[in-house]
Amino acid sequence: MTVAYNDFVIRFANVNGSGSASANSMFAKALFRMGIPVATRNIFPSNIQSLPTWFDVRVNEAGYLGRREGVDIMVAMNAQTYVDDVASLKPGGYLFYDNSKPLAAHLQRSDVHEIGMPISTLLLPEFSDLKQRGLFKNIVYLGALAALLNIEFDVITGLVAKQYKGKEDLIQPNIHALEIGRQYALDYLDSPLPIQVRRSDAVGDRILIDGNTAAGLGAIYGGATVCAWYPITPSTSMAEAFEKYANQMRLDGATGQRKFAVVQAEDELSAIGIVIGAGWNGARSFTATSGPGVSLMSEFLGLAYFAEIPAVLFDVQRAGPSTGMPTRTQQSDLLSAAYASHGDTKHVLLFPATPKECFDFAADALDLADRLQTPVIVMSDLELGMNDSLSEPLTWDDERQYDRGKVLSAEQLEEVEEFGRYLDVDGDGIGYRTLPGTHPELGAFFTRGTSRDEYAAYTESPEAYERNMQRLETKWRTAATMMPKAEVLGVGHKTGILYYGTSALPMQEALDLLQEDGIGLDRIRVRGFPFGREVYDFIERHDLVFVVDQNRDAQMRTLLVIEGDINPAKLLSVRYYAGLSISAETIHAQVREHFEALKLPRLTEVQS
Amino acid sequence: MTFVAKPRIHHPHLPLNEIGLTRRDYEGSVSTLCAGCGHDSVSAAIVQACAELSIPPHRFAKVSGIGCSSKTPSYFLDKSHGLNSVHGRMPSVSTGANLANRELFCVGVSGDGDSASIGLGQFAHIVRRRVNMLYIVDNNGTYGLTKGQFSATNDKGSTNKKGVPNLYEPIDLASLALQIGASFVARSFSGDKQQLVPLLKAGLMHRGMAFIDVISPCVAFNNHNGSTKSYEYVRAHSDNVVNVDYVEDHAEITADYDPGTCEDLRMPDGSTLRLYKLDDKFDVHDRVGALNYLQRRQEEGEVVTGLLYVDPDAADCHDILDTVPTPLNALTEADLCPGNANLERVNESFR
Ligand SMILES: Cc1ncc(C[n+]2csc(CCOP(=O)(O)OP(=O)(O)O)c2C)c(N)n1
Ligand code: SF4
Ligand SMILES: [Mg+2]
Repeated sequence: MTVAYNDFVIRFANVNGSGSASANSMFAKALFRMGIPVATRNIFPSNIQSLPTWFDVRVNEAGYLGRREGVDIMVAMNAQTYVDDVASLKPGGYLFYDNSKPLAAHLQRSDVHEIGMPISTLLLPEFSDLKQRGLFKNIVYLGALAALLNIEFDVITGLVAKQYKGKEDLIQPNIHALEIGRQYALDYLDSPLPIQVRRSDAVGDRILIDGNTAAGLGAIYGGATVCAWYPITPSTSMAEAFEKYANQMRLDGATGQRKFAVVQAEDELSAIGIVIGAGWNGARSFTATSGPGVSLMSEFLGLAYFAEIPAVLFDVQRAGPSTGMPTRTQQSDLLSAAYASHGDTKHVLLFPATPKECFDFAADALDLADRLQTPVIVMSDLELGMNDSLSEPLTWDDERQYDRGKVLSAEQLEEVEEFGRYLDVDGDGIGYRTLPGTHPELGAFFTRGTSRDEYAAYTESPEAYERNMQRLETKWRTAATMMPKAEVLGVGHKTGILYYGTSALPMQEALDLLQEDGIGLDRIRVRGFPFGREVYDFIERHDLVFVVDQNRDAQMRTLLVIEGDINPAKLLSVRYYAGLSISAETIHAQVREHFEALKLPRLTEVQS
Repeated sequence: MTFVAKPRIHHPHLPLNEIGLTRRDYEGSVSTLCAGCGHDSVSAAIVQACAELSIPPHRFAKVSGIGCSSKTPSYFLDKSHGLNSVHGRMPSVSTGANLANRELFCVGVSGDGDSASIGLGQFAHIVRRRVNMLYIVDNNGTYGLTKGQFSATNDKGSTNKKGVPNLYEPIDLASLALQIGASFVARSFSGDKQQLVPLLKAGLMHRGMAFIDVISPCVAFNNHNGSTKSYEYVRAHSDNVVNVDYVEDHAEITADYDPGTCEDLRMPDGSTLRLYKLDDKFDVHDRVGALNYLQRRQEEGEVVTGLLYVDPDAADCHDILDTVPTPLNALTEADLCPGNANLERVNESFR
């Protein structure tokens, strides 16, 4: 028997609210602890109980961790979705199911291996409580999978012990359920299968964490003291992570009082209002939301842009428009975030691609907002925010000081010859601000969304208005020099590919697939907006650039065309927007189609 | 229209407060509101209240929404910072400002359109959050800045400048504040300094949210509550009033009456506003009683003024959130950043 190690996709089909989530994540965590790279994807409905959910784990020694089409092992635990679940198996794949009731003939497939196990029957004599039986079903299949896939059993039992630490009476029944599954699989099933796992060192020192948790931690490390938010999937867990860790790490040692404030506001308008009020008064503050929230916050974002008040916003994007598919991922808020609000308004955006970057960009966003005195929007998405993925460990430089930007103290106010809130003293478009309460006589000003002169005095003078708008443009150009630099990997191909955020995940795999077809691409991962010089240089250097978007309207491409005045014909769109994350297969297929349609030269042809 | 700085003239006769400042030190720039606008009287009362309390002028943070009323923070306390935000959202901005620095005296000014229509949600929720601030509504029953549409505080049946009656029930912000748990609720009249100034002072010193509904006549779109008949009366006698573009100069409307009595005020539209001033027999610690009393007097066509309710021991927003006494905006890296060693422990928990 030839055995394939550490390379498969397993899908758990469950019912929402059945307690499967913890068993499934223990499965992923066990492989991770064996040093094997894994990526998890929770595909869940907008519902709390009873609708179908799927949990995918991609296991890949080579570290290809983007979503892959097709399932190798299906753990089919949901009768409602059985038909589709069976159909989604690749030929030659394995169908694991509870055969306490026989499988209907029309559900059988001759080209897959059936692994039936009478889970319900096995549990009947063991646990009298119906609810317990339901919960332990998940643990039994976990035990069986340990045997079938050759997962180190003590790694799983170790996870159970950790999970129920402090609730010792739960450990034994769980281990017992694991044993039931494992023993049955060893005795009656063909364990282990030709698809297996084995210990590896491919994980290194990486951690398994979701982006929202990392972002919440980043906001703590970056010095945020005010978090105001309104619940919305998929951003909720970011505010919750901030609060959870702040309650551990931000308490006064002596009194236990909090060095932070979290307000669950009445809506997103209020959430951003609180953030702006706090920012105006000198506290680092942020909100976490998703597309519908950004829409509601738009008016306020215009105020913060024009009145020049720091604010940080996390947009964990989901599929729109409107309520769209609220529990599915997309990158479809680029344009609405970049130009949120009426009038000539533009906002700074950051595009994290990994949990580590969610952490880093959370802290960087707080610095940038203070430095640029403007809203900064971190564009995460459901794929990154809510799924556990492998990430470089989070690190903090203890020497790092917060960049509070140009804020004058009382002493500095006395030293400056003349204070004008909106005077462009340094030529970078950024004025000096003062915080309320700083000085008895100097530096007070009235902040407003209406036009004013350099000294913050209300005016409707056309010249003063224009000067101010031009200074804001200067500031925008300054911002472009402060964004995290795009990551460029170029070996001199004529064609390039530009992407951002979670499209980075399947990119290496896609490029390797393309390479096999003789298609070589230079690549650039954009990390901030306004775009830095290196982004335009990359486009300039290449004949054609593919722009990868996880939205229908090719929003990144539009931003490039608008902001860089780039000939649209030069930017070919690669798009996926069906609500799952983009796969290597999709990128591969679309790029290849473009190559074929345009008859672009392949590597072999160029070389020959 | 451009900002006009008020000339600083030294007045040797103005009395000094405890910190050696005069009322002038608490003033703002020259008002651009209509002559006689009630809102200017409120600003003047704020100046007086702040000066009498001897709080250094730069220790206030002024926040407002949008409207004629929301412009007024320019016209008082020009040594303190102000933020004129967006329509109806003064409460959220004030919440953020107060969370950032609990040591400043936060003064929020809003209008009846700002707080009872577009911002009704924010109004209700800031009451619930008990943000430590003075929340003033300059209540004129109309949208002054957009030229005289009805606001939600306007009484049913009263007519606007064009003679169209208001068909909808009014919202009484003071009753609403009482009902959702405000710890300080008062009502006054812009032209009654005798009553308004002490209320403002008490409100500023109150821990938690002090809400004051200040009836503040709009002299340009004088559709104030009261007699619908008298509006027609004015129209019959003056062509000017129906001309929307023309704003007649009005003298400030003032009131001077004793506790326990009523005063009938003639509004710019010719209508009569009957105020009833609470006397010291009124129990200011009985929320339900106050609500009842307000409504009963309202039935009789009287607007009750005075301190309606106060709970001096109520918790404020920072108590509820259990924040440190240091203003959050004064915390530094040493307070805020848990350091890399802790982060390594966090990493370990994700392995
Ligand atoms: C979002 C939004 N909608 C509408 C307006 C237009 N607007 C400006 S002021 C105002 C009404 C103000 O009424 P009120 O709060 O009672 O203030 P007043 O002028 O009467 O003092 C309106 C509707 C606006 N500025 N913003
Ligand atoms: S329109 Fe009415 S509210 Fe506005 S300034 Fe004139 S009198 Fe005052
Ligand atoms: Mg009004």
